[in-house]
Amino acid sequence: MTTSVLYDAPGPVTRRRTLISSGVAGVIVLVVIALVVIRLAGQGQFSGELWGPLVNPFDPSFLAVWRLLGQALVATLVAAALTLAFSLVIGTLFAVSRITANRYYRWLVVGVIEFLRGVPVVIAIFFAARVLPEVGLDLPILWYLVIGLTAYNSVIIAEIIRAGVASLPRGQAEAGYSLGLTRGQVLSSILLPQAFRVMLPALISQLVVIVKDTSLGFIISYEEFVRTANIIIQTLHNPIQIYAVVALIFIVINYALGRLAEYVERRLSRARRTAVAPADPGTLDTAATGGA
Amino acid sequence: MGVIVEQFPLYAQGFLQTLRICLFSAVGALVLGTILAGFRVSPVPPLRMVGSAWVTVFRNTPLAVVLFAVAFGLPELGVNGSYFYFGVIGLTFYTAAFVCEAVRSGINSVSAGQAEAARAIGLTFSQSLSLIVLPQALRTVVPPLGSVIIAMIKNSAIVGAFGVGGDLFANGVQLTSAQGYAAGAVLIGVLLGYLVLTIPGGILLGVLERKVSVAR
Repeated sequence: MTTSVLYDAPGPVTRRRTLISSGVAGVIVLVVIALVVIRLAGQGQFSGELWGPLVNPFDPSFLAVWRLLGQALVATLVAAALTLAFSLVIGTLFAVSRITANRYYRWLVVGVIEFLRGVPVVIAIFFAARVLPEVGLDLPILWYLVIGLTAYNSVIIAEIIRAGVASLPRGQAEAGYSLGLTRGQVLSSILLPQAFRVMLPALISQLVVIVKDTSLGFIISYEEFVRTANIIIQTLHNPIQIYAVVALIFIVINYALGRLAEYVERRLSRARRTAVAPADPGTLDTAATGGA
Repeated sequence: MGVIVEQFPLYAQGFLQTLRICLFSAVGALVLGTILAGFRVSPVPPLRMVGSAWVTVFRNTPLAVVLFAVAFGLPELGVNGSYFYFGVIGLTFYTAAFVCEAVRSGINSVSAGQAEAARAIGLTFSQSLSLIVLPQALRTVVPPLGSVIIAMIKNSAIVGAFGVGGDLFANGVQLTSAQGYAAGAVLIGVLLGYLVLTIPGGILLGVLERKVSVAR
């Protein structure tokens, strides 16, 4: 058992006690679930009328609903992919400039990074959609969402990469310099490739945050899941059912990404035992704090 | 920049609303999250399942979806209230999952010898958890917990956007949409409001961290 730190291997008395409390707790949990289900059933929340459009292929709305949800999925994935791509590029630039910055202007780089980290994402998105048109930059809504998300995620990724570079043994850079490589060459051909590898799990976890945050597109009427759900609800009046399905889709995507991150982390720590262990992202990992 | 001076009462009122949302949610999430962490390390399988199901669901669902699901779902269960309460409940449920994981990793960071010593002198599971392990775990938990709460303060903007209204973000939206102020200037005021909360929060966290940290 993984939590065995807190208790010994149970003896017969404890086993019996655990069994009894398991039974009691199990019954309580089941009763609560049953009460919720009965209550929802009493409100007619399991009726075919409400679930039909989502689960019954012969329902007249079925195709239309799933086409909308499919479009929402594409919209979400497109926004997430663009955000990831831009955040990786800009984040790397941030990380490199923070690492190599002359101390006369390092405060500026650090200041920008800390400022962007402190801005709530939803505000970054909303004001990207408001401020950019004011200065004459009219873009499709998708781009406001991507810009807002990138503003936040690029600095998080910058910090992840910086932590990755910092976790490498000093000998790596020293070996590079002793070969006569310049500072830029050492960074680009020795440190960064390893930093990416070491921080891959943290980067994948960050992708979970990005996927979740695309849902904030509803604020600027980008047709991702939340906005689409609210549109469907207006005609079908089945909010609970739609949101249950939307939540399930997010849970499946993000759970898979989370497992992928764990898998990569295990592989890395096994394969790289001799050189570099995956660095602990610690509090940098916004996936562990609730993101945004 | 005139908007910040002209509309200062609206900003102040928004700031207080944000503060209210955050205080209620922070207390709720810390309590609920700690209970869930207790569930996750308990020897009782059904409780462990509840804990990990909660974490899996709420960590992988966007806050916006949680908020709408709570607002539509709770009235069907017979729980009625204002959007403010739904917003606080949604934010609490969501943040509790992250608090739970932070506390759990803190519990796991307490060295095995401590718990073994507690058992050796005959303490029960709940005694060793509450007297030996949790007090030590709290020290390791403070930094990640602080990050969770700071993330929650920023997430409160989503609660405002979802319809609670009257908070810093919603008032900022109102100033740009209904009253036609330039977005850039409004934005600076809104951000200042959040920075007033998060920067002292970060400093307080640093102080607390130094205070509780022990060499181990």
